[in-house]
Amino acid sequence: MRLTAESLAARRGEELIFTNVSFNLEDGGALVLTGPNGSGKSTLLRVIAGLLRPERGRLAVTGAAVETGARVGDLSHYLGHRNAMKQELTVAENLAFWKTFLSGSERTAGQDIEEAAEAVGLGDITHLPYGYLSAGQQRRFAMAKLLVAHRPIWLLDEPTAALDASADRMFAGLVENHLGRGGIVIAATHQPLGLEKADEMRMSGFAGVDQGAWG
Amino acid sequence: MSDNSLAITKLSDLANPTRFLALAARLIPWLACLTAVAFAVGLYLSFTTEGDYQQGETVRIMYVHVPAAWLSMMCYTVMAVSAIGTLVWRHPLADVSARCAAPLGAAFTLIALITGSLWGKPMWGTWWVWDARLTSVFILFLMYLGLIALNRSMDDPSKAARVGAVLILVGFVNIPIIKFSVEWWNTLHQPASVIRMDGPTIDAEFLRPLLVMAVAFTLLFFTLHIAAMRNEIWRRRVNAQRRLAARMAGREQ
Amino acid sequence: MTALLLRDLKLSVRAGGGALIGVLFFMTVVAVIPFGVGPDLNLLSRIGPAIVWIGALLAVLLGLDRLFQAERDDGSLDLMLMHENPLVLTVLVKCLAHWLATCLPLVIASPLLGLFMNMSEAAIGAVMLTLLVGSPALTFIGAAGAAVAVALPRGGLLVSILVLPLAIPVLIFGVSASYAAVEDPAPFLPPFLILIAITLFFAVIGPLAAAVALRHASD
Repeated sequence: MRLTAESLAARRGEELIFTNVSFNLEDGGALVLTGPNGSGKSTLLRVIAGLLRPERGRLAVTGAAVETGARVGDLSHYLGHRNAMKQELTVAENLAFWKTFLSGSERTAGQDIEEAAEAVGLGDITHLPYGYLSAGQQRRFAMAKLLVAHRPIWLLDEPTAALDASADRMFAGLVENHLGRGGIVIAATHQPLGLEKADEMRMSGFAGVDQGAWG
Repeated sequence: MSDNSLAITKLSDLANPTRFLALAARLIPWLACLTAVAFAVGLYLSFTTEGDYQQGETVRIMYVHVPAAWLSMMCYTVMAVSAIGTLVWRHPLADVSARCAAPLGAAFTLIALITGSLWGKPMWGTWWVWDARLTSVFILFLMYLGLIALNRSMDDPSKAARVGAVLILVGFVNIPIIKFSVEWWNTLHQPASVIRMDGPTIDAEFLRPLLVMAVAFTLLFFTLHIAAMRNEIWRRRVNAQRRLAARMAGREQ
Repeated sequence: MTALLLRDLKLSVRAGGGALIGVLFFMTVVAVIPFGVGPDLNLLSRIGPAIVWIGALLAVLLGLDRLFQAERDDGSLDLMLMHENPLVLTVLVKCLAHWLATCLPLVIASPLLGLFMNMSEAAIGAVMLTLLVGSPALTFIGAAGAAVAVALPRGGLLVSILVLPLAIPVLIFGVSASYAAVEDPAPFLPPFLILIAITLFFAVIGPLAAAVALRHASD
């Protein structure tokens, strides 16, 4: 599978946030977006997810297992600033809902809820209401959401904010694992994710952004 | 009592939830039995006494309607006392008590409204009139439901308790209005005939089953109230344990 | 999709859910009317169906602004927008859940309020039936309004303002069908069938409009 972006540009409101962003990711490829606040990292992720329409440019995903004209959003997990979990429901109910909602009819092989909870290191507390958990635990279960339904592309917006060092390592492990199985990861972050062979794209914001270290 | 530490010697000991649970465990079976006996006697008397020469058999509705209406007001009074306990002494059980009384009060008020409506149809020819007594009882019902909704919509029970307590005390003005509505306004509903200064005007034939049923309803209320308080304490303990479990899970890492 | 339906139903009955509040609001609004117009039973029974309908309309609107706002606040809306399920279907299911949780209790509570309004048995039955048939239309129209207002701060009031004019046809035919059931010369079926048609029409238009609005509101 190959994810290609050609000279993307996006605007929010009247402002042009970035222009001329291009990249090319193959199976197992990771791209880390860095840059100061307001440089358009989150906006780029939302454009890729299909939540914002790009102003110019083209975004395509191709590959043997991908039907032509597939939307990138359909093949992606998006982990935004907000966790997309309900405080009133238990962790297990939240995860079970997203598992069925995201897998749809074809039941793309995702992990069990308990397995996913183990993977983020919080195996025993899925029966608790989500609202009882601390911010870090909530974030970890939001990550477990990435595991319960399989998506080849992960779009991560500041994934490790509110996490401690051990959780950072745990999450790096999850991402490595996903890459090892041929997934694609695009992450916007201030903190190093600890990924070994990730490419880095530095976004500097405003129109006329340079192409950064991307080659 | 074998377990001396749980002995209740003065009223303030009730503040301890553990002691309260021990007391509740002993009281509930007795109260439940007493309630059943009182209801058996009360219902037997209600159905064997003579009917009214004017109203016929429908007068028997009174034996449910009147105690339920009394209880609906008593329950609110219990809540108001609990509310004072919450606000003034910050008694931990007071807020549990107020919270548990609200659904019971709503149930008794609903029973009073429904039986009153069933009684009103043959007597007055209509299910409902907007008369002072009926309207004020209906407002009482809405207040109970509003308090239940308030309790349910707040996450933090102790915060909900204080806000709810203020609301309960403000709403208490309705109780005297209900009680005296039949005297202050000229209404369809008959004036009080049991509790009045110059003694009951109701015939002893009706008074006997009525009083037994009133005792039965009161016992029922206390049984359910204590059981509900016990459940609420358990529920809060479970929640505390869950929060603890959530905190502990992070620490293992 | 059943998962979404069940989740929304669960949320509405869990702590802080809106199911109870809607009914309570309905009862309070209707109970206030006799204080305003006076306890004249004949008058009340004449205006009863209209009052119950207006009360139900307001109660439905009350809870609608949270329909998408809550999903947006915790980020769930983004995931729903991304998903390949047709968005229209997602919106439709959310409307259904909202109807089951908020409007169905209103329909069930309406006979009780009919008694308070001294309405005849036929009128009570007619109001209940028209509410049952007409309230889905209110939810569907409201969903479109809620989707438009999703990105706005303090959208709640705006939803009501946007939706009320659109809900007028539902009100007209709902109330006229209820009256037709009691007053002899007017036939019951024509307005009732038009009410059904309105509901079916909005069942298509409402979710479609809401889906389009949501796509453009996401930013």
